[in-house]
Amino acid sequence: MAAIDVIGLTAERAAAMLRAGECSSEELAGAYLERIEAFDPALHAYLHVDPELTLAAARTQDQSGNVGLAGVPIAYKDLLSTKGVPTTAGSKILEGFIPLEDADVVARGNAAGLVSLGKTNLDEFAMGSSTEHSAYGPTRNPWDQTRVPGGSSGGSAAVVAAGLAPWSLGTDTGGSIRQPAAFCGLVGLMPTYGTVSRFGVVAFACSLEQVGPMTLTVRDCALLQQVIAGGSERDATCVGLREPIVLPEPGRLDGVRFGVPWAELEDGVDPGIRERFDASLKLATELGAELVDVELPYARHGLAAYYVIAPAEASANLSRFDGVRYGLRVDGPDLRSMYEATRSAGFGPEVKRRIMIGTYALSAGYHDAYYVQAQRVRTLIRRDFDAAFLGVDAILLPTAPTTAFPMGARMDDPLAMYANDIFTLPVNLAGIPALSIPNGLVEGLPSGLQIIGAAHTENTLLRFGAAFEQAIGFDPVPPTLRGGAA
Amino acid sequence: MSAERIELGPDEVRHVATLARLGLDDAEVERLAGELETILGHVATISALPIADVPPTAHSLDVAGALREDVAKPGVTREQALANAPDPSVDGFRVPPIGS
Repeated sequence: MAAIDVIGLTAERAAAMLRAGECSSEELAGAYLERIEAFDPALHAYLHVDPELTLAAARTQDQSGNVGLAGVPIAYKDLLSTKGVPTTAGSKILEGFIPLEDADVVARGNAAGLVSLGKTNLDEFAMGSSTEHSAYGPTRNPWDQTRVPGGSSGGSAAVVAAGLAPWSLGTDTGGSIRQPAAFCGLVGLMPTYGTVSRFGVVAFACSLEQVGPMTLTVRDCALLQQVIAGGSERDATCVGLREPIVLPEPGRLDGVRFGVPWAELEDGVDPGIRERFDASLKLATELGAELVDVELPYARHGLAAYYVIAPAEASANLSRFDGVRYGLRVDGPDLRSMYEATRSAGFGPEVKRRIMIGTYALSAGYHDAYYVQAQRVRTLIRRDFDAAFLGVDAILLPTAPTTAFPMGARMDDPLAMYANDIFTLPVNLAGIPALSIPNGLVEGLPSGLQIIGAAHTENTLLRFGAAFEQAIGFDPVPPTLRGGAA
Repeated sequence: MSAERIELGPDEVRHVATLARLGLDDAEVERLAGELETILGHVATISALPIADVPPTAHSLDVAGALREDVAKPGVTREQALANAPDPSVDGFRVPPIGS
């Protein structure tokens, strides 16, 4: 088999190589599988890899002629159901679960001819910002293996950064695509709520989450969004795209107005992150854009509102794990003790914490003070964004206030872990799209620039992203992995 | 980060755990009481906001429920439906007695 150097290989280039007959899909998948074998034992980014299944799928694509993106490999977050292939959501309670159907996004990937390399690690039920809450052990950051890759889609980020997949799908409920993309030097898109089907996504907080691409380039991000976005009759909240996703070309930003919410940057942002953010603002003006002060006065209450709404929805969604129809069962003398023993053994500490917060916030006497009040704040955050977008084309913020933190650093302080999503979760509360792109290194670690837009402005965000991407000139290959040494 | 003072005793933690059908041991109850006090204390910072007249948002999409034709389609077989069950019988899910 020809040795193909896949580190840093974009999906766009891989598709071109396949179409030109420079390699077969089987050879390409084989090259990734070799790297997975060499590097994944240290990173622990994949939860499930089945080389025979992958190579068989690749051969099928080779036989059909590899048109479009056909034959390009991909990795799927293990929150996405895959027919006949184990899907755990990072939880012991779903160990051994084999879905009967593919998630819509996986079915769309299959229809486009994408070849699955496997399922990636995540914080249990996508609850976390470091992938340390996976019941199957943490994933390490390819840029620095003593640090977290971010989360909850940390496995999906690590595999792309380490060249163990050309691109991947993650899910984003409060920053779970954008923050790991920022921590691992990738592009990540949180799409407008309702443009991508959630059918077959193991549910955490239905009103907040979307599936989205994690890629090496903005153009790959657009290509993958073209594959996964679109209406579905299997998800009643999926209205699809208002306009087709266009492949962006880098260019200038003349006449573009970017909003900067200065007040949100006043505290809690690491100086190195702030420096990179300020440098990107300078680039924006050099490209012809204008910076405009915007105010998002309720965004600072997003963290509190989010940690009522998301756990409340989670406590309801996770009630389905009862030891009856699927997953783990721990027996007891009666039904209720079986429920309690099963859920106690099957859920990890962070999931229990969120179920408890959500149940408390929804319980009699507290519902109005917590849940309804949080929903009012959600209204005000939406209004803040609506008002800001009357005067600007997009809002710029750092994706996360820090770079990747050391493993274990925040495990004993849930609030400090939650606070890492301070700049991402208002976007989920508002249901609007945001693109995170690499914004250079801070002491050797990637940082992210977040470009936030009004609903259904993905094409605008991708165009801005492509302009920044070219101007920033970031190399997404970690130095220790350069040269394809396996 | 400013925070309200929330106090949560072990009995209240156990009550919430019962509502959530979570079996917690004493150590978990004690740990969760402290953690929930901290998290809810932060969350409670929004309870004093004077926003009672603001309508709540449950969902960011302004669309009504999507409807489709009520047409029967093939579903999963009984065998498939039971395939993932921890304790299936020939025609259903077996569970322990409801009352003890």
